[in-house]
Amino acid sequence: MSSYLLEASGLTKQFGNETIAVNQLNLEVGPGKIIGLLGPNGSGKTTLIKLINGLLTPSSGSVLVKGHAPDIESKKTIAYLPERTYLQNHMKVSELVDFFADFYEDFSKERAYMMLHSLDIKSTAKLSTLSKGTKEKVQLILVMSRDADLYILDEPIAGVDPAARDYILKTILNNYNENATIILSTHLISDIENILDEVIFIKNGSILLHTTVEDIREQQGKSVDSYFREVFAC
Amino acid sequence: MAWNLDSDRPIYTQIVEKLQMQIVSGFYKPGEKLPSVRELACAACVNPNTMQKAFTELERSELILTQRTSGRFVTEDIDMIKQVQTTLAEEQIKIFMDKMRGLGFNREEIVTLLELLIKGDSK
Repeated sequence: MSSYLLEASGLTKQFGNETIAVNQLNLEVGPGKIIGLLGPNGSGKTTLIKLINGLLTPSSGSVLVKGHAPDIESKKTIAYLPERTYLQNHMKVSELVDFFADFYEDFSKERAYMMLHSLDIKSTAKLSTLSKGTKEKVQLILVMSRDADLYILDEPIAGVDPAARDYILKTILNNYNENATIILSTHLISDIENILDEVIFIKNGSILLHTTVEDIREQQGKSVDSYFREVFAC
Repeated sequence: MAWNLDSDRPIYTQIVEKLQMQIVSGFYKPGEKLPSVRELACAACVNPNTMQKAFTELERSELILTQRTSGRFVTEDIDMIKQVQTTLAEEQIKIFMDKMRGLGFNREEIVTLLELLIKGDSK
């Protein structure tokens, strides 16, 4: 039994005859890490995330979560925040909390209400009455209220203001258990790099670099943000 | 509020410096219990593993001590704290001297100017 939480080998996803979104990708991720999945637009971040979640099937190669290919069981251990909302607009926040509690055994209503309260979100409000940023917060709260082994957050902070961003990062730090791993994709590198253990640079569907934040700072003498700009300079 | 950290240096070394500063300045007193890794990581907005690494470094230098069941404490060895304080002061003075030399002052001129300014400061 491998000690990796997530393993991909030769993972490939091709759309039609032309687009290879993920190309012969190899990746090993251990438990207890916060990892930034970073890459320019169209580099394959979201496709990779969908493959890990079993929303897409690989054209070739494999991806394993805790040693198993994505299936119903793996969905119990992965908490996934998609880049687009799938929540029903007509539902109240409290109804969404109940919905998640029904759906996931590892969901904590107490934690959800605590976070909603700190962010000043009324649980009686209908989702359709909330702003785009607030909807994103609700969705992130629902995902982070699960006690999962692997959290995969696709662009979790893009739509929220800087002050709420800090709160959300603290929420992430406070609420994941030490053995859980968080993978988050984002363009807002400088906002999040202090909370990351590792970064994965992805380019044209392959891993360009997988290292620790401290190694980049020690070896390059610059932040992950500046290094990213250098590596992916147009 | 998150701690102010430079973006171009390793995070854990900056945390080590910050905690050393808080200990020598008396923000954390000799023998005082320190907050948990997670609490401090959250306050600083850094990764808990990074905070842990900084703690390990401070434990290695014996400025903080871990008691297995009850947590982490600042050392009660006041001489050691004093020694760290002196080392940090020496580093700052060295940086200051280098900058002043960069401005074209020699040693005597620096001392004279410093005395003059300190006098003005105490009035």
